[in-house]
Amino acid sequence: MSMNIFKQEFGMRWRSVVTWSAAIAAVMLVYISLFSSFAGQADQINQLMANYPKELLDAFGLNGTDLSTVMGFFGVVFLFTQVLLAIQASNYGFGLVSVEEREWTADFLMAKPVKRTSILTGKLLSAAAGLTVTNAIVWICSFGFINIFKAGRSYDTGSLVLLLGSIAVFQLFFLSVGLVVSLLVKRVRSVTPYAMGLAFGMYVLSAFGGLLGTSVIEDITPFKHFDPNYIVRHGMYDLPLVLISFGVVIVAFVASYLLYARRDVPAVS
Amino acid sequence: MNVIEVSHLTKYYGKARGIDDISFQVNEGEIFGFIGPNGAGKSTTIRLLLALIHPTAGSAAIFGKDCIRFGPEIRQEIGYLPSEVFYYDRMKVIDLLKYSASFYPKDSTARMHELAGIMELELNRRIEDLSYGNRKKVGIVQGLLHRPKLLLLDEPTSGLDPLMQRKFFQLIQDENRCGVTVFFSSHILGEVQRLCNRVAIIKEGKIIETADIRTLQKNNYKKVQLMGAKIDPSGFDLPGVSHLEHEDGAVRFFFKGDINVIMQKISSITVSDATIEEPTLEEIFIHYYE
Repeated sequence: MSMNIFKQEFGMRWRSVVTWSAAIAAVMLVYISLFSSFAGQADQINQLMANYPKELLDAFGLNGTDLSTVMGFFGVVFLFTQVLLAIQASNYGFGLVSVEEREWTADFLMAKPVKRTSILTGKLLSAAAGLTVTNAIVWICSFGFINIFKAGRSYDTGSLVLLLGSIAVFQLFFLSVGLVVSLLVKRVRSVTPYAMGLAFGMYVLSAFGGLLGTSVIEDITPFKHFDPNYIVRHGMYDLPLVLISFGVVIVAFVASYLLYARRDVPAVS
Repeated sequence: MNVIEVSHLTKYYGKARGIDDISFQVNEGEIFGFIGPNGAGKSTTIRLLLALIHPTAGSAAIFGKDCIRFGPEIRQEIGYLPSEVFYYDRMKVIDLLKYSASFYPKDSTARMHELAGIMELELNRRIEDLSYGNRKKVGIVQGLLHRPKLLLLDEPTSGLDPLMQRKFFQLIQDENRCGVTVFFSSHILGEVQRLCNRVAIIKEGKIIETADIRTLQKNNYKKVQLMGAKIDPSGFDLPGVSHLEHEDGAVRFFFKGDINVIMQKISSITVSDATIEEPTLEEIFIHYYE
C-alpha cells in the first residue's frame, strides 16, 4: 500500500540523488587521480608526515598510513567520501518527515486512508533506495578509478571490499539519527544546518576526540566505527564499535516509528 | 445515525488552548456549519477528526468508529479540504490528483476530470505556478474525487472568486443531495446561512450554541426599525428590547419576546414607516460574541 508513497518520494528525491552521486564521484576522481604523483614521491611525503604531530595525523586519518600504497592512499580518500555520504544521509533523514510539515503537505498526506507506519515505511524505503544508488556509484567509482590510477601497483581487494561494505550501515546511521532528531524537536525550520551539524559533528568527534582524551565520546561516532585507517591497516572491522552503529540504527528507527505514530502535525498559523 | 459524534473533546498544545470540552453530533445527510472567529478552535476540531493531532481528553467518532484507532479505515470515506492548501510544488496538477487518487482502491479518473472541468482547473500546470485561488481548486478536486461520504471543509471558500464560490456551493449541494454529509467550518456567516441546516457556534475553544439555523433566526430576535419625526426612543425601553439606538427620526432595536407587546406599542404612536424583520446570522452572531 505504501508503494505509491515510495514512488512519489523517490520521484521527488532522484534529482538530489543524482546530484550527490555525481558530486561524490567527482571528488573521488580528483583525489584518486593524484595517487600516481603521490606514489612517485612517497618517501618525501612520508618523511614530511613524520614531522607532523600525531594528533594532526589522527585528525585526518593519516596516522600510520603509508600514502605510497594504493589502499593507504585510498583510505584517506574514503574518509572524505564518508563525510559527503554522512551529509547526504543526514539531509535525507532530517528532511524525511519535516519537509512535509514545513511545506504543509502533511495535512494532505495524513488525511489519506493510510497508516502513519505505512507512510514512514514508504518514505524510509525511498530514502534508502536513493542512498543505495549513491552507494553503488561509490563502489563503481572506487574500483574504476583505482584501476585507472593505480600506477601499476597492486592492492588488497579484500580491504577495499571491507571499506565499501561499511557504507550501507554508515548511511543508515545518519539517516536514522537525522530522522529521530527531527521527530524529537518541535519543528525543523531548515534541514541543511541540522544535517551539516550532525555530519561534521560526528566527524569532529572522531577526528579530534583523541585530543579530548576520552574514548567514550569517540565511541558514538560512525567515523570511528568505520575508521578507514583502521580497516585498511587491520584488514578487518573494529567489531564491537560496528555493533554500536547497528544498535544506534535499530534504536533510532524504532523510536522514530513510535514518535511518528503519536506525533501532532503542526498546523498553519 | 450520527456521522460525527464528538464527546468532551479537548486539545491543549502544551498550555495553549486549542479546544476545551467540546461535544456535538452531526447527523447523516446534513450540512453542519461550524462558525467562529479565527483562533476559536475550528481547525483544531477538524484536525482532531482526521487524527492529524491527538486529543488531550475526550473522543471523537466518525461512522461510529473512533477517529484515532480506526483512522485509516474511516478516512477512506472522508474528503478533506484544508484551509491552507500547499501541495508538493514541483508536481503538475494532474500528477498531484493522480497521487491523491492512488490512495483509494476505486478508480477515480472519470470523477477527477469531471470535477476539474466544473472548477475550470488546468491539469497540466505546475502547482508552484498556480495562484492561491487555483490551488484552492486543486484542493477541492482532490478532496472530492474519491466520492467521499463525509466532507470536512475548513474555510473552503477563501481565495475563490464569487463565481467559483457559487460553483463550489452548487457542487457541495449536489453532493449533499446524493447523501453526502458535510461539515463546513467558516467565519463567513453569509455562506453558512446559505448552505447549512444546523450550526454550532464556537468561541474561545468552547461551543456556546448548537442550533437549527432556522430556529436560531426565527425563535430568537426580531430586528425592528421605525421611522417618524416624533418617536420617543425611551418609550421602547421595554423588557426584551436590546441594542436600542436612534438617529434622525429613526429608531432601531432588537426584540425578543411576545411580538404583540411591540405591535401594541407601535400602534399607539405615529410612525411614517415600520419594518420588522429577522436578523441576519451575522447580527445574531455578534450578539453571541458580545
